[in-house]
Amino acid sequence: MTINRAGKTQGEAPQPAPRSNRLEAGTFPYMLILPSIAVILLVVGFPLLYSLYVSFTPYELLRPNSLNFTLGKALRNYEKLLNDAIFWRSLGNTIIFLAVSVNLSYLLSLALSQLLARVTVGQGILRTLLMVPMMFAPILVGMQFRWFFNASVGLVNNFLYSLGLIQAQGQIAWLVDVPLGMFSIIVASVWMNIPVLTIILLAGTLSLPAETFEAAEVDGASGWQKFRFITFPLLAPFSYIALTIMSLDIARAFDIVRIMTDGGPAHRTEMLWTYITRLSIENTKFGLGSAMSWVTVSLSVLFTLYFFRQLVKARIVR
Amino acid sequence: MITRSVGPNRRRNDRIWNAVAWVVMLALALPAFWIIMTAFRPNSEVNTFPPVWIPQRLTLEAYANMFGLNPEVQQRVAVEAYLRNSLLASGISTIVAVSLGTLAGYAFARFRFRFHTGLFLGIMLSRAVPGVALSLPLFLLFNRAGLVNNVLGLALVYIAVNIPFTAWLMDGFFRQIPQELTESAYIDGCGYWSAFWRIELPLSLPGLATAAIFAFLAAWNEFQIVSVLARNNAAKTFPPGLFAFTEQFTVDWRGMAAMSVIMMVPAVIFVILVQRNLVSGLTFGAVKG
Repeated sequence: MTINRAGKTQGEAPQPAPRSNRLEAGTFPYMLILPSIAVILLVVGFPLLYSLYVSFTPYELLRPNSLNFTLGKALRNYEKLLNDAIFWRSLGNTIIFLAVSVNLSYLLSLALSQLLARVTVGQGILRTLLMVPMMFAPILVGMQFRWFFNASVGLVNNFLYSLGLIQAQGQIAWLVDVPLGMFSIIVASVWMNIPVLTIILLAGTLSLPAETFEAAEVDGASGWQKFRFITFPLLAPFSYIALTIMSLDIARAFDIVRIMTDGGPAHRTEMLWTYITRLSIENTKFGLGSAMSWVTVSLSVLFTLYFFRQLVKARIVR
Repeated sequence: MITRSVGPNRRRNDRIWNAVAWVVMLALALPAFWIIMTAFRPNSEVNTFPPVWIPQRLTLEAYANMFGLNPEVQQRVAVEAYLRNSLLASGISTIVAVSLGTLAGYAFARFRFRFHTGLFLGIMLSRAVPGVALSLPLFLLFNRAGLVNNVLGLALVYIAVNIPFTAWLMDGFFRQIPQELTESAYIDGCGYWSAFWRIELPLSLPGLATAAIFAFLAAWNEFQIVSVLARNNAAKTFPPGLFAFTEQFTVDWRGMAAMSVIMMVPAVIFVILVQRNLVSGLTFGAVKG
């Protein structure tokens, strides 16, 4: 058997393994990947193409013969979407929600990781507490906060009442009013995002070389300076992996919105995901829903692609 | 300059940091404890106003209702069906997805081939497709294939959903295994497959366990796809099952809390099992290129 090894010859001194160390093995790697690709093409690729086709038709589930493609009318669903104020509203809401939620989650996790890195008493217990939100499925997170923010029996209003800050039952309609509805959903999603982000950032912080900090201390660097000029830049790879994991899981936020407000009342917290469900599943307009799905898929893929590029850039060797 | 940071000043600072950390972390965990406590409180304490903060007595009523004491609740909330479907869909998909994803991860970690980066990116991007966008065409196609309301159909979807993350994790794990062992196996005349099967795979078992847990939980917690593909109790899992506690104007919060606790069991086991290895598992691929 012949083995082609790139960049390494017999008897060379051991080097920190670069990635070019990978072997060439003919068709073997393709055979390893083939089953995965086949399943993904079957369950993700093909349905997505089918949905692209459906998005060019006026298909409604209850009118089976509406699934036909007419060249002149192919883009009608997309036209309808562009002229649909609720679509734009849901797109705007989604962008606001994701931007605030992702940034807030990241900043809070960064702060929390720095806090936890300094703790000297009960580290083990605190790290276990940190993992508690991870035990909750996204749908449970949504259910829990829907209940907490419930106007008449919710924990938040009850708490404010017990503190004497509000006088009557159900005084603040957290899930109904603008902008409280969006605020409540963001609180729930941040709570869900914090553990994984914090764990990764904490691991990164603890892995930083102590000598650098000692040197900085000798030079008289303040706590903030040490964070700004040493910890934060050195954490970059960890930040990117944390954000990548979050971007891959971003759709989990759908569950939260779905169960907390379901986009309502009156489209106030409508997001792309809830509006797709409303159009297609509730109103059976699969053509229009598919067009909107494709808009959403394109945005998600662009978003993820961006993070991957950043991640690759941040890697020391790739 | 150095002495400044070791004196009593430093000790006082440490005490403040510790106190802040404890308050913040207890606040973070509080909602979860509230849910668990609610599951074991009598309904009269849960739904009253003004609120009762400290539990007066604990009861298993919610579980008794769910599992048969209250026929009305049991008829509406098919816990046994949710449990069966959740276990089947998550179990089957985990086994298959981890097997396939491990093979793919191994290929990406060990071999050079054309389209290496492209294929890797393609597999990962398939995961970025929101479940709600996938659920519509899957519903139409599964409807024709008779796979709607079918646990096996659901498991098939979860296999595809779980492969990317498994491949990504395993790619990281395999890259951590020193290649010398495998290389000497090649020199001893070992083929690619038997080197993988007999040397690398056994070494990657901890990684495999982590990947399996992630895959299981992802399927166990999935909602968007199952809520469209499962219209009745033949395939409904726990997440859509939660909605059985909601009626037009009222929600049985305590019942929901009780079922949430059941739903949390695999995740609790997961946290206990992988607490130590979680970070290394997630960040393997990140820094060590």
